[in-house]
Amino acid sequence: MTTLDSSKEIQKNNSEVNETHEDFRMFGLITFLIADGMTFAGFFAAYLTYKAVNPLPDGAIYELELPIPTLNTILLLVSSATFHRAGKALLKDKNSDSQKWLFFTAFLGIIFLICQLFEYFHLPFGLTDNLFASTFYALTGFHGLHVTLGTLMILIIAWQSRINGGRLTSQNMFPLEAVELYWHFVDGIWVILFIILYLL
Amino acid sequence: MTISIDPQKTSNESLQPKGWLRYFSFSLDHKVIGIQYLVCGFLFYLIGGTLASAIRIELASPMSDFMPRDVYNQVLTLHGTIMIFLWIVPVVNGAFGNYLIPFYVGARDMAFPRLNAVAFWLIPPSGLMLVASYFVEGAAQAGWTAYPPLSITTPQSGQIIWILSVLLLGGSSIFGGINFIATIIKLRRPGLKLMQLPMYCWAMLGTSLLVVLSTPVLAGTLILLSFDIIAHTGFFNPVLGGNVVVYQHLFWFYSHPAVYIMVLPAFGLVSEILPVHARKPLFGYTTMVFSIMGIVVLGLVVWAHHMFTSGTPPWMRLFFTIATAFIAVPTGIKFFNWVATLWGGKISINSAMLFSCGFIINFVFGGITGVALAQVPFDIHVHDTYFVVAHFHYIVYGGTVFIIFSSIYHWFPKVTGKMLNEKLGILHFFITFIGFNLCFAPQHWLGLNGMPRRVAEYDPQFQLVNQISSLGALLMAISTIPFLINVFLSVRNGKDAGDNPWNALTPEWLTSSPPPVENWEGEAPLVEEPYGYGKEISEQK
Repeated sequence: MTTLDSSKEIQKNNSEVNETHEDFRMFGLITFLIADGMTFAGFFAAYLTYKAVNPLPDGAIYELELPIPTLNTILLLVSSATFHRAGKALLKDKNSDSQKWLFFTAFLGIIFLICQLFEYFHLPFGLTDNLFASTFYALTGFHGLHVTLGTLMILIIAWQSRINGGRLTSQNMFPLEAVELYWHFVDGIWVILFIILYLL
Repeated sequence: MTISIDPQKTSNESLQPKGWLRYFSFSLDHKVIGIQYLVCGFLFYLIGGTLASAIRIELASPMSDFMPRDVYNQVLTLHGTIMIFLWIVPVVNGAFGNYLIPFYVGARDMAFPRLNAVAFWLIPPSGLMLVASYFVEGAAQAGWTAYPPLSITTPQSGQIIWILSVLLLGGSSIFGGINFIATIIKLRRPGLKLMQLPMYCWAMLGTSLLVVLSTPVLAGTLILLSFDIIAHTGFFNPVLGGNVVVYQHLFWFYSHPAVYIMVLPAFGLVSEILPVHARKPLFGYTTMVFSIMGIVVLGLVVWAHHMFTSGTPPWMRLFFTIATAFIAVPTGIKFFNWVATLWGGKISINSAMLFSCGFIINFVFGGITGVALAQVPFDIHVHDTYFVVAHFHYIVYGGTVFIIFSSIYHWFPKVTGKMLNEKLGILHFFITFIGFNLCFAPQHWLGLNGMPRRVAEYDPQFQLVNQISSLGALLMAISTIPFLINVFLSVRNGKDAGDNPWNALTPEWLTSSPPPVENWEGEAPLVEEPYGYGKEISEQK
């Protein structure tokens, strides 16, 4: 029977041998995020190449409205901070505080998605209009998919941090740490995307 | 999210199906998963081989008389995709990696056993999907590269299923890569240093880095391609303002490293097999490690040498020619290390050794044509001709597949506890070796004389050489028969192998054959010198 004594050590009690090893789930997650980051890197490389070598036809050059994406950037950065607060609260065994912060983070994620959809409906171009439009929707859509998955995972761990019978405790921080790392990763990708797509 | 992982429950014999049934279960035992990969891959190899035979029958005559032209294109597309994504990549990484890596690092299983099983079970459904894509109306016919605009303008339903299948196989590959990296770096037995690991661990570490860094780019590219096909966006469609060369860059950013994903594990496996059967330490361990890592780094920055005829600017041609030529250095180091390992050794001539030596001969030939192809003037001359086909098959068949067979002869006693029949094995080697060289050596000449690849019809002056090549393909098809007979006979009534028939020193031979669940009774042994054969001989003196 393996029990997780702390988030850093998995202890394996065999009937004959007693072996311990490091918890490498976080290591696996980081490797996965590097792979995921390479997918975005491929998309960014494609977008920048198009920008450099494929001139757009007249009428396909848009001044993108900045208020909504700027608001979205702020939302995601704040949500990273609130997620961090949730982790701190859990570490001090303040489960209900932690849960509140988690719900607030998920709420910010949902607002982000609503703003994104609002922007989609008010853009002057559709998916197949031209090359810029296609890359715009592919990039933001792929990122939006990540935000959606992240928000769902935050809601799940918020449920798990409930006081009676919840799995998420200061003794078992891994689910929170994992989702937090993923969430910071998605934020980081958004910042790069915001700079490349809106500001450049 | 499970917090408590229970190895007793997950790999305990009493809770797992026994006998052959466990190979059809969601087993978490790395040895079972390894065999699942191997057998599944071999079944797809038989399908891919049948398709290859069909191609060679068609090419025995200059006209397209055996099958119509579009069917020929569909068959070569399916042949390439099956052989790469369902035979070589899963077997040389998944099968041998899963079976051997936990032994080599002194672990009881892989780092993430569930992820491991998921990675395997993605393969049969996506393989079946790939085969099924042939039977829908409008099967994929754009080759394994799926270059647009061809893949966008040809009939599309088959192409979409093809993309979906390759995406799933890429996912399986990434999960496997994550698992190997975590196992090799994090799960090493206490006291085992990195520089004491058997060479296959290093090869798999390098391969997995390439898998994790490059496969996601292919996934992203194929998603964009499917947008072009389904939603009629214009990423790669020049008519809608897109750019086909961007696809080629992104595709080869994965697919050139994919060549190393296919051949680096074979480098590792041959480095395990040669010292055992030559009774000598592996020559130049440190240089081997550094050349593997050198190939990994260089392998990521040479992709555009596939694109010298795609309007590549001169500076790019220069850079990628030089970078590609540099890869010959670490590869050459490895080649000379293998030869030096054999030099003065007490060589036993058995099937495993013969296939490994066949690998060295074929691979150096494929390597030399590879350096030639990296030179822009030569590449422009032979681009998209049979010269490229010959070069590629010398690397992946003459290289990797020879090592897969060598490894099967080497590790069969460990997996089953029975020896394979040596006479049938040597017969298998000679038919394969002669058939392979007869099939692919003449194709260099065909390519140099301008016979284009991927075309069902050709100039009648090439007929004789094509028929020689087809004869070689026939021999290669026949060579599978003694192998299959050998495996089936030996599993049933082969000679008992004992725990260590080759007197090998690497850790997997220090347990019983077949190994118990969780690999060792008691603690894992600490093998500080996996290649300490010289000592053993001098001690005997």
